[in-house]
Amino acid sequence: MTDTTSETQSNAETNGHSAPPPGEHELHGKAEAHAANGNGGGHGHSQYPHLAHHFDSPQQQFDAGKLGIWLFLVQEVLFFAGLFCAYTVYRAQHPEIFVYAHYHLDTTMGAVNTCVLLVSSLTAAWAVRNAQLGEKNKLVINISITILCAFVFLGVKYKEYAHKVHEGTLWGHHFNPQHELWELDTFKSKHPESAKLAEKIAAIQFEGQAKRNPHGEHQGSGAEANAPGPTTPSLPGATAGAADSDTKVRRIQSLLLQASDETLHPLVAAGIIKHNIQATTGLERPATAHIFFGIYFFMTGLHGIHVIAGIIVWIWMLLKAQRGQFGPNYFGPIDYAALYWHLVDLVWIYLFPLLYLIH
Amino acid sequence: MADSKAPSQDAPHNHGLAHTTPVWLLVSILLVLMFLTVLTVAVTSFDLGAQGNLVVAMVIATIKAGLVVTFFMHLAWDKRFHAIALAAGVLFLILFLAMVGADRGEYQIDIDRHGEKYPFKVK
Repeated sequence: MTDTTSETQSNAETNGHSAPPPGEHELHGKAEAHAANGNGGGHGHSQYPHLAHHFDSPQQQFDAGKLGIWLFLVQEVLFFAGLFCAYTVYRAQHPEIFVYAHYHLDTTMGAVNTCVLLVSSLTAAWAVRNAQLGEKNKLVINISITILCAFVFLGVKYKEYAHKVHEGTLWGHHFNPQHELWELDTFKSKHPESAKLAEKIAAIQFEGQAKRNPHGEHQGSGAEANAPGPTTPSLPGATAGAADSDTKVRRIQSLLLQASDETLHPLVAAGIIKHNIQATTGLERPATAHIFFGIYFFMTGLHGIHVIAGIIVWIWMLLKAQRGQFGPNYFGPIDYAALYWHLVDLVWIYLFPLLYLIH
Repeated sequence: MADSKAPSQDAPHNHGLAHTTPVWLLVSILLVLMFLTVLTVAVTSFDLGAQGNLVVAMVIATIKAGLVVTFFMHLAWDKRFHAIALAAGVLFLILFLAMVGADRGEYQIDIDRHGEKYPFKVK
């Protein structure tokens, strides 16, 4: 609002206690003391066009916003804590499932996404500096790079999700992997001997079956390794004819007993064969492997939603920045957006090793 | 004046409402973060014992998180209250994980009993 009365007001009242200007709301009186230029926005703070009328000063406005965003971020930490808790409990109870499942993930894509998010964190932090110094062009460039990185992140994530849909490595009863562990390149390259052994065993185990039924084989959850009843809900072959299966088991046993511990260990760690070799009658998939993918999709999905929310916020900031709204007295929104963006990065810093880098 | 910290008009590049982080520091932090990312991937090819790899991965992740929080999120120069608020959130996260972690195996015997009574059947 153009305040023609303020010039004389502020000249007269340098100690900060001015009477409300004629025709103004009383609440605005204090701020009018600073209104020396008289060409501000519509909130009654002529010197600070972006100072909301319920704040005394840009400092108060900035501090209030910053406190708010920090409390929000603390809430976000606790929000994600529930999922990290599910992860912790499940990994402690069933470590073999995490070893098994991580071979289905592409570490390179995860590492690329980590770097993309780190770069976007730099440009976000840099954007705050640009806003503070009123460097409009640099600010627009840094926000644009941040948005670009966010889209690259989502693009890589889309490729990973599409691959998992294709491979059938999904949550709950959608879990129907098209490739067994020993058929995966990630497993073959890391443990070539173990993969060869598993292939030999599989050849015996699935002998006489033209093709493994890709849809009929998945079963629900609930089978513990030590629970009674069959513990191989996922692989057919265990239900073959009794006499036939006796000779098969003997052939599988002789293969297992010939193998070295180094060859057996990766298969045992992934829950493909039992700890007790004598009790192993064939290859099996860890009974509740689908829960890993439930956790994976829930954690990365919620994180992805945060990235999308971040993109929306950054586009809004880009529009404000292009209008040249930010400067030394008004850069809070950029700072808050960047703080939120750093939290999204922080969550990914933990998700990457927890999901992709399981040893 | 009500806002004694507000920047004056004749010093446009002063620190104003908050600390301004120098570019060299931001870029150095990014380089350290990138190095730690490469390190955490590289360390997976070494077997560090049962939980060794997990511990190393979490230590590296926490160093990375510390760098982001301290420098990118300005906590090094910010009001202490924001650091305290974050620390309180992290404290409750750790309490949450520790309590549930300590309790997680307590019901295995009931699960096993249930399994004996109602054997899991393959459909």
